[in-house]
Amino acid sequence: MGLLSDPNRRRALIGMLTRMPVDWLVRTMQARGLEVYTQRFSRKLPFPDEDKERYMVKGTNVYGILRAPRAPRTEALVLSAPCSPGNENNQAVGILLGLAQYFRSQIYWAKDIIFLVNEHDLIGMQAWLEGYHHTNTTGMDWSPLQGRGGSIQAALSLELSSDVVTSLDLVLEGLNGQLPNLDLANLFYAFCQKIGVLCTTQGKLPRNDWDTTSGYSHAVQTMMLMVLKQASSRPWGDHGLFLRYHIEAASIKGVNSFRPYKTDATTVGRLLEGMYRKLNNLLERLHQSYFFYLMPSLTRFVSIGYYMPAFGLLALILLLRALDLWVQLSSPPTRTTEDGVEVVPASPGVLSILTPLVISHLTGVALYTLPVLSQELAVEHFPVSETEAVVLTAIAIYTAGLALPHNTHRLLAGEGTEQGWKVLKLVAVLYLAVLLGCTALINFSLGFILALTLVPLAAFITPHVPKTLSAVVMVILSPGLTLLFAVFFFQELQETPVTLQEGWMLYLSVISQGILDHALYGSLLYPLAALLVYPCWLLFWNILFWK
Amino acid sequence: MAAPLALLLIVAVTIRAALFRTSLANLISERVEVVSPLNAWKRVVEGLALLDLDISPYSGDVFHETPMVIYLFHFLMDYAEITFMLADCLTAVALYLAVKDYNKQVFRKQKFALEADRIPMDCLELIRSPTEMYYIPLKVAMFYLLNPFTIVSCVAKCTCGCLIYGSALLSAIFLALATYQSIYPLTLCVPALLYLLQRLYIPVNVRRSSFWFYTLQYLFMFLGSLLVLICLSFFLLGSWDFLPAVYGFILSVPDLTPNIGLFWYFFAEMFDHFRLFFLCVFQINVFFYTLPLSIKLKEHPVFLIFMQIALIAIFKSYPTVGDLSLYMAFLPVWNHLYRFLRNIFLVSCVLLACSALFPVLWHLWIYAGSANSNFYYAITLLFSVAQILLVSDYFYAFLRREHHLTNGLYLKKKDGSEATLVLK
Repeated sequence: MGLLSDPNRRRALIGMLTRMPVDWLVRTMQARGLEVYTQRFSRKLPFPDEDKERYMVKGTNVYGILRAPRAPRTEALVLSAPCSPGNENNQAVGILLGLAQYFRSQIYWAKDIIFLVNEHDLIGMQAWLEGYHHTNTTGMDWSPLQGRGGSIQAALSLELSSDVVTSLDLVLEGLNGQLPNLDLANLFYAFCQKIGVLCTTQGKLPRNDWDTTSGYSHAVQTMMLMVLKQASSRPWGDHGLFLRYHIEAASIKGVNSFRPYKTDATTVGRLLEGMYRKLNNLLERLHQSYFFYLMPSLTRFVSIGYYMPAFGLLALILLLRALDLWVQLSSPPTRTTEDGVEVVPASPGVLSILTPLVISHLTGVALYTLPVLSQELAVEHFPVSETEAVVLTAIAIYTAGLALPHNTHRLLAGEGTEQGWKVLKLVAVLYLAVLLGCTALINFSLGFILALTLVPLAAFITPHVPKTLSAVVMVILSPGLTLLFAVFFFQELQETPVTLQEGWMLYLSVISQGILDHALYGSLLYPLAALLVYPCWLLFWNILFWK
Repeated sequence: MAAPLALLLIVAVTIRAALFRTSLANLISERVEVVSPLNAWKRVVEGLALLDLDISPYSGDVFHETPMVIYLFHFLMDYAEITFMLADCLTAVALYLAVKDYNKQVFRKQKFALEADRIPMDCLELIRSPTEMYYIPLKVAMFYLLNPFTIVSCVAKCTCGCLIYGSALLSAIFLALATYQSIYPLTLCVPALLYLLQRLYIPVNVRRSSFWFYTLQYLFMFLGSLLVLICLSFFLLGSWDFLPAVYGFILSVPDLTPNIGLFWYFFAEMFDHFRLFFLCVFQINVFFYTLPLSIKLKEHPVFLIFMQIALIAIFKSYPTVGDLSLYMAFLPVWNHLYRFLRNIFLVSCVLLACSALFPVLWHLWIYAGSANSNFYYAITLLFSVAQILLVSDYFYAFLRREHHLTNGLYLKKKDGSEATLVLK
């Protein structure tokens, strides 16, 4: 009681304890001979997240530049460690400072090395990167950087929660599913092998029996984890934001599990020093190897030449369906009425096609803008927090869209014709094909998952299939429920299965993270799903209930 | 027909005004598919600033517009958005009136042919009824105004030229103006001449003296007005700087920024030794089709104009989507050819997919760094191929319709069985 009973004072105390020790960091870095600068930033969140509890996030980044002793200062490397509250990442800064001291005494550095400690994880990193490159894409407020180091060639981000590790996990997935060059992953893995440190990907231990069934299924599970992480379009480590600026970056997570063989901090330090010496020797940015790959393990990868044809075949289904509809439309069968007079069915008006299109897109726009805008209204009337309000509004608008076909047909005076739904389906199928193609080019996993669920739907939906069964199947294959299944599947793959209740809460938090990611870093999943994929799905829903 | 046109104009202006106010305007004016070094607004502003400082706007390879444009915008600087919206509206109205006029002519010709019993009976279904022709001018205007490409070009404040027809003298003057702006409308001189000859019922026969007389008259008017414009520019600017900066730039293609045309990739990878040769080949390609097409289409100059505009838009050195929208605006005029078009589905799918893929592959190349210029050029090539297919398809359909009009719709071989038509 006492100090901790008042929530405001409690928050202030926690804030004091968990705020970054800026002055101490500055003094320590300066003692190690680096040029130290700080950057203040602040960001107004669209809605307060569970972690942040406030609309305004303020912080300070601290970075020290180790100038290359003899080379011109045209290139730089970055070593970053996020400063998170609590025990999450409490060893990384220590290793960073130790490395800084060691690096300072070496003479072989040809590039400047920037040691960055960022606050609030990704928000701080975004502010620093924007300040470094003089861009302002996300509306963040930051103070300009006083010191710079030339164009950044590569970056590594450290996450260490204990001083002995059993394995190092390499995290590659970045914002919008962008991946660093495969050369960086190969470099790290090869060096780990040489030093004798166990290196894993997706947190799964590597196996040698890749030609047995269980070994194969383990590899598939690892790859599926990567696919799901890439499809979520979030940066899965601080490195994820570097990729957008054409800087190859990866995150290294130290994992301390119950294995007998432990690696101490000195070996981790030697590992990082070796990595930085390798990156120091680069004459050009890493670009020779693949940028598009999927990794079932660190020794094997699936390149774009293998996985794109699979997607191409799915898109082909849509194109063939479109061709089929076109041929049907250009040679309409004439109907004969009772007196034997041949009647050619009238071609549908533009309005009967345009109306579902416009209404679907307006619903998509509502799904995109209303949840964040109407959170205050929702909090007034319902006993929920802001985050829950946003997420539940989104789900409500999503389900409200299901009621649309029944209402639009009341609006339209005339009835739809046989030709009408065919034209609408042709437009919808072509729209879906182009949308999936563009998505797969930018973020293959997202495009493929959407294609897997939406293509069978698009191909088979007509007004003539049994309505209730197809309605159920359509709802199950809709983007929202695909996300729910993906959440459960993801937890299953990570060997931490969740109950229905927990899974549902996780699903809600995933939606809120998606909206937050879009507002903070420019992730494309939420606008894509709300503005383009959902209206496309609604068009097919309209076709199903066409009268 | 005035009321729907007015409504259309209001809708178009509203869309443009709304887009100007959003942040999309800045985004769109940066895109390479929409602006080219010839007609980017940023460069016009730069040229104006140089002019204000009493330096020649053509120094420094930034500005490549003609001097008339720069003096025009000197006065209209603050009203730039309204100027462009007005220009678009005027173009639409002009197209509307022009097509209405053309429709009247075609209908008249058709009536004469019917009365002269020159068309076999089974071709009646090919004849266009007055009702459908009534709506065509409106559709043309609609296509032009509501075409997203046009909106996008307007928002990007391009200074695309437009062709307006009127009497012989006026048409010569406007054609000279268009040629002065960029060299390629020179090829439109021939169809314009043919059109006017047709109106005056002068037969196109090399042996007739009246043909030569009129041709010389027209050419004289055209060259005269062109000369006047160039000399006027000289007096306005005070030097001959603009000749290499404008025409030299268009012809010698020094700027290789990627765009939706075919030049940039080729010339980026070409050795200097062969540069002149390939430059000649590529530039001749634009002008080359004029003569054969005019000989084939001498009875149908308006279709010839359409083909020429389309070919210019595809093969010119710095095309943008604005050029595309201009010739696409003419497509409703040839609605009646729809039943003879063979590839329309494929072409429209490819054009749609390419338009969506342009920004995606640009992003992957320039921002993400995962792709390279080959990907973007592949889409450019595909886009050009689709356009060429569209144009050739319309040409085939037109010729086929003409053939049917003279020879009957259901063709029979000599022994009475059904014949098929093959385009050689």
